[in-house]
Amino acid sequence: MESSEMTIQTNHEEPSYLHHKGKYKGILSWILSTDHKRIGLLYLYSLLTMFATGATIGVLMKLELIAPGVTIVNAQTYNAFFTLHGIIMIFAVVIPGLPAVFGNFFLPIMIGAKDVAFPKINLLSWYFYVSGVALVLVSQFLGDRPPDTGWTFYAPYSFRTAGNMLPAVFGVFLLGFSSILTGLNFLVTIHRMRAPGMSWMKMPLFPWTLYATGWVQILATPIIGITFLMMAGERIFKIGFFDPALGGDPLLYQHLFWTYSHPAVYIMILPAMGAISEIIPTFCQKTAFGYKFIVASSIAIAFVGYFIWGHHMFTSGMSGASLFAFSLLTFLVAIPSAIKVFNWVSTMHKASIDLKTPFLWAVGFVFVFMIGGFSGLVLGSLTANIHLHNTHFVLAHFHFVLFGGTGYGFFAAMHYWYPKITGRMYDAGWANTGLVIFFIGYMTLYSTMFYLGMEGMPRRYFDYDPIFHTPNVYSSLGAIVMYMGLAIIIINLIASLKKGAKAPADPWGGKTLEWTIPSPPPAENFDQIPVVTKGPYQYE
Amino acid sequence: MNNTQEIEQEALTSKTGMWLFLFTELLLFGGLFIVYSVYRYQNSEAFHLAANELSVFIGTFNTIILLISSSTIAMSITAIQKKNKRLALLLLGATFLLGFIFLVNKYFEWGHHIKEHIYPGSYDLSLRGHGDILFYGLYYFMTGVHALHIIVGLGFIGIVTVRISKDKIHSGKFVLLENCGLYWHLVDLIWIFLFPLFYLIT
Repeated sequence: MESSEMTIQTNHEEPSYLHHKGKYKGILSWILSTDHKRIGLLYLYSLLTMFATGATIGVLMKLELIAPGVTIVNAQTYNAFFTLHGIIMIFAVVIPGLPAVFGNFFLPIMIGAKDVAFPKINLLSWYFYVSGVALVLVSQFLGDRPPDTGWTFYAPYSFRTAGNMLPAVFGVFLLGFSSILTGLNFLVTIHRMRAPGMSWMKMPLFPWTLYATGWVQILATPIIGITFLMMAGERIFKIGFFDPALGGDPLLYQHLFWTYSHPAVYIMILPAMGAISEIIPTFCQKTAFGYKFIVASSIAIAFVGYFIWGHHMFTSGMSGASLFAFSLLTFLVAIPSAIKVFNWVSTMHKASIDLKTPFLWAVGFVFVFMIGGFSGLVLGSLTANIHLHNTHFVLAHFHFVLFGGTGYGFFAAMHYWYPKITGRMYDAGWANTGLVIFFIGYMTLYSTMFYLGMEGMPRRYFDYDPIFHTPNVYSSLGAIVMYMGLAIIIINLIASLKKGAKAPADPWGGKTLEWTIPSPPPAENFDQIPVVTKGPYQYE
Repeated sequence: MNNTQEIEQEALTSKTGMWLFLFTELLLFGGLFIVYSVYRYQNSEAFHLAANELSVFIGTFNTIILLISSSTIAMSITAIQKKNKRLALLLLGATFLLGFIFLVNKYFEWGHHIKEHIYPGSYDLSLRGHGDILFYGLYYFMTGVHALHIIVGLGFIGIVTVRISKDKIHSGKFVLLENCGLYWHLVDLIWIFLFPLFYLIT
């Protein structure tokens, strides 16, 4: 990027954060930087690496399933594959996802601050992340054999398997800690560092969702932390917390695990919803419809999200009363999610929409998220759940919500804020081509799984009855197409770093604070801390 | 904004962060308390009998030690506010010593049980019922995690002591000491719950 140095900073005297001369030089100026923008990029690079790893394992799994019987890997390797795919994608990609990358980069800018409240802790959280990921990867190569429990680590198998569980579990513990520190940092930042005049109800929606997410991060994550410590105690000291042979209750493990892991779903989806709530008003050039409802529904989702973990355990053995309560509460959480969808669609109503790439991603998000949400209601109803539990239907549902929700939200945010982060425009033609190919592959891959699940094909098996063959061929081909689409999208973004045209400060006509400063932003974000006098989306 | 205002603002920010961190800690122990209550409910008879085997004397002694140490650290904050650096250091030293005595007691208490071959995975414990296995499993684990927090707290007190002696913490800027106090109170508070659960409810 040296050649571009001159062109990027012509409009502004201050050098951008990319060229700011700090205490350290070279690589150290990145991995020791406490600048929230550089930390955001550190997260971006590490996250994309993990995403590529997870996606590749995912495609290998689909290749195994392209025909019945052993195709490319045996049963044990397949078990290791889905375990690693799950751990990486859940704990190292979608949970940190938008908060760690775009939250770090844009939260301080959007609320008019120079940095987060605790910049050093922010950097520390990245080191926790990297160490956690390293431990998870190490677990693949040390010990008797890789972990093979699935990302849920269900007891009692997780402490009886010969798989090398301890490093994996400890790695996830560290990833959790990284998530707690990020959430804590954001909460304090939002409480204490908003620019003068930015009252709560003048705060943009992306920071609002980060706020709701922050509470879930700090209040839910410790539960899985302590559960994994207990798991370690179980494996090392044979304590018997969850071992029925010693009086423990494996069901209690499931309760504790989902007490975190269900709210974690909202850690994943809320910031994505926040990004979408930024993108849609910008490309409609209209105020977000029902701003207060979007805010309230974010808080409501985070709150109700705590009380519905039991729907992961409908067939595990619970009292009838609990089944009924958890099912009812599950249906309740659909209401605030639906409110958001209505708000987004109403924002588009009668607007002169600018069909740019970020907007297309946002519309894609709303579409696939609705499929994911509705299939969630199918699974949330008790009778349907008995039939569909542990089938490919569940697989399809949570890929539509997690990958469709967080993944689409991530790429929408990536294409929306790319000019601001890099100071370059990407090639819109290739970006849209990539999106279309990705979307076709995505729908072929996952919608087939709904059918397979209803027909009774279970998840987590390397083999299946030949009657499922044809849909599986479609699904696997979809995976390959989607993988190609992803490659086009990412290569286009990388290539545009050098070849892209110089980005103006506000390429899309956005009204939030990040568009008032140069692209890329100077190291201190603002020459002068702005004074906020109006709401975030005032276009009229 | 002048300098004092800035320091005050920073102190407020820092304390908000500490409080949120304490929530996290509460939830961490909350998970353990849930597990404890479920197993106590399922094995109330065995928990009742096993609790009789713990030494109420050491438990009470340690409780008193921690309560006193909480008050000494609180007094050291007042001392620093009154610009009495010597007294503040003295009180922090006392807190450190009390925390250390707590750990020594814990060492002898655990040592006693281990000498009697009562520890998770031991043959003697496995001969007893499920309730006993769970009780002692929880006892070692919960007091162990708590002891770990005491050790971290002692490290924290050590850092604060050094910074006071180097005049980096003084009457105008003492939020780190306050945060250290908050953390130490939390460790104390959790013990206040552990004590009756393991020693008193028999």
